[in-house]
Amino acid sequence: MDTIDRKTFMNLLWRYKRGSISRRHFLGTSGLGLATAVMAQAMPWLVAPKRAHAAGNIGDRVAIATWPNYHDMSNFDTFAQQTGAKPQVNVFGSNEEMLAKLQAGGTGWDVFVPTNYTISTYASLDLIEPLDLSKLSNFDASSYDHRFTEQGVVNGKVYAVPKDWGTTGFCVNTKKITSNPTSWKNFWDLAMTDASGRTTVHDYQLTTIGNALKYYGYSFNSVDPKQLAQAEALLLKAKPHLFAITSDYQPAFRNGDAWLGVAWTGDAKQLHRDLPEIQYVVGREGGEIWSDFYAVPKGAPHREAGYALINFLMDPKINAKEVMAHGYPTADKRTNALLPPELVNDPILHPAADLLAPLEFGAAATLTDPNRAEIMARFKAA
Amino acid sequence: MTSGVAAAAALPVGRAYRERRSMVTAMLLLPTTLWFLLLLLMPLVVILVFSFGERAPAGGYQPAFTFAQYLNLPARLKAFQNTLTLAPIGTVLCVLIAYPLAYYLAVKAGPRSKTLLLTLVIVPFWTSFLIRTYAWIFILGGKGIPALLAWIGLPEIRLINTPFAVLVGIVYGYLPLMVFPIYVSLEKLDKRLLEASADLGATPIGTFRQVTLPLSMPGLITGSLLVFIYLMGEYLIPALLGGGKVFFVGNALVDLFLQSRNWPFGSAVAIGLVVIMLIAIALYMRALGRERVRSDVSLV
Repeated sequence: MDTIDRKTFMNLLWRYKRGSISRRHFLGTSGLGLATAVMAQAMPWLVAPKRAHAAGNIGDRVAIATWPNYHDMSNFDTFAQQTGAKPQVNVFGSNEEMLAKLQAGGTGWDVFVPTNYTISTYASLDLIEPLDLSKLSNFDASSYDHRFTEQGVVNGKVYAVPKDWGTTGFCVNTKKITSNPTSWKNFWDLAMTDASGRTTVHDYQLTTIGNALKYYGYSFNSVDPKQLAQAEALLLKAKPHLFAITSDYQPAFRNGDAWLGVAWTGDAKQLHRDLPEIQYVVGREGGEIWSDFYAVPKGAPHREAGYALINFLMDPKINAKEVMAHGYPTADKRTNALLPPELVNDPILHPAADLLAPLEFGAAATLTDPNRAEIMARFKAA
Repeated sequence: MTSGVAAAAALPVGRAYRERRSMVTAMLLLPTTLWFLLLLLMPLVVILVFSFGERAPAGGYQPAFTFAQYLNLPARLKAFQNTLTLAPIGTVLCVLIAYPLAYYLAVKAGPRSKTLLLTLVIVPFWTSFLIRTYAWIFILGGKGIPALLAWIGLPEIRLINTPFAVLVGIVYGYLPLMVFPIYVSLEKLDKRLLEASADLGATPIGTFRQVTLPLSMPGLITGSLLVFIYLMGEYLIPALLGGGKVFFVGNALVDLFLQSRNWPFGSAVAIGLVVIMLIAIALYMRALGRERVRSDVSLV
């Protein structure tokens, strides 16, 4: 048996600790995040913390709102040692909670990590500031594919810079399903035949309706009523064949209950690592690509420290450690040059270019489209 | 002020004492009152106001006065139907399982085994409800009970992500809430009443129906109300053990507030739930009120 070096072990440990509950799911499930967010909106003075006074040049602290297990904690320690500003980490379960908190005001955050489809909403609500790029010397737009950086741009101004990214495809247990599916057409057809009673879809309208739209070759982001009606018909037809509508699908795959299911990059990577027969497929027709970003809220109490922290985390050497800790791919070519080749060439983390090309970033209008919300409710209630 | 002091000085001692005591009472009630106003009434008022509003273009709430949200309530009819079916079934199941257990604990168990058993009922509360419910995913999942059944040669069945799994989760999660009130009311029951009933020629079943059951009614009512109220707002168990396919009002609320950010409609659904709950509880109390609750019976 091969021996395992310390670094690999720690890397594995972190991934294990990240566990099988996806970040979007856990806090959402516990309901705590939502409760505070809604209370904060209604009664901000109840939950808003007092603002801390800045001390020294960039202050003694910096508050970052991010996702669970999304950073290398030793990087934060290094930052505190170098600058004297100690990062305070707030963990969230959904973009919607982050938005509700920022809308309520008085969060005290200096940096936060929104996902692509929320950035335009933050900008239109005047909750984030256009970034002062002169303070972010480590951000080099030319080292990113344009499709990532443009998601942080609203009305020609850069509001957010890319952190890491991923895709939404599907997992398939190749021991049980041997037909080698490659498309969303295959996915939905299998769900109603060979994988009947063994298929999971997300409890998330963006991806579930989006990938039903892909069956007909429509845009993942479509809000066209006619196209949505077709997608709804497909969903209702598939419903009796589904094992679950859940964003926490790892246990079902690990227990052998699910053989086919919509999946995000990170979950697919973990499942494939432990059960090699589970393969990840990015639908040939396209689907979702997503990216998280760094942004600075308007009126950040330690604005300078916030910029310093983003700049620090975008240093390719530091970012490489971040990637080793959270396991998601980064779009920064300088960082990728520092990472082990097996990570950069991993087909789950970095699908082939011809599969990536048709993928679409989710749009704010898609996520909050009332018609799509009602379709999802009818699908779940059916 | 001065005249008040003078008047107080002239008052008999008893009166001054009573006044001071009522002030102490007021002081003692203050924290509870504030708690009640801040954390119960205010959020309810906020939700009521929201429910007449409109969804802002970017989601959330914008002020308006419209009944549109309430008129849209039939769009969540199925969620209400599911909740109103599974919540009463779950409550009844809890009663059927909790009553014999509470009876055994209060009447039959010896002092030492009683302490042990009571502790065992409490122990699950030491862990998070979420974690305990999550564990059932594995117990009912493909490598849990179904695998065990297959191993002993029985046909493999699907347990997880069915209404049955949701009921298992409900009974597991809420059973202690039912056991304790019933236990307490049975514990207080004067055993001599049972002997008297037997002496007067009642069969054991007759004694149970005419003495034990009526006397434990207060516990039974408290327990079933506790469980029923929790179940009406239940979200976690259907989400985890129903695989998202058993759609409760709680799940509809989470989707409305989080995913579609339609707070006004979510608020209307929440108010709808509160109203249905109040009606259901009122009917329940009235139905039981007709059966005389005999907490006054005592030998002493």
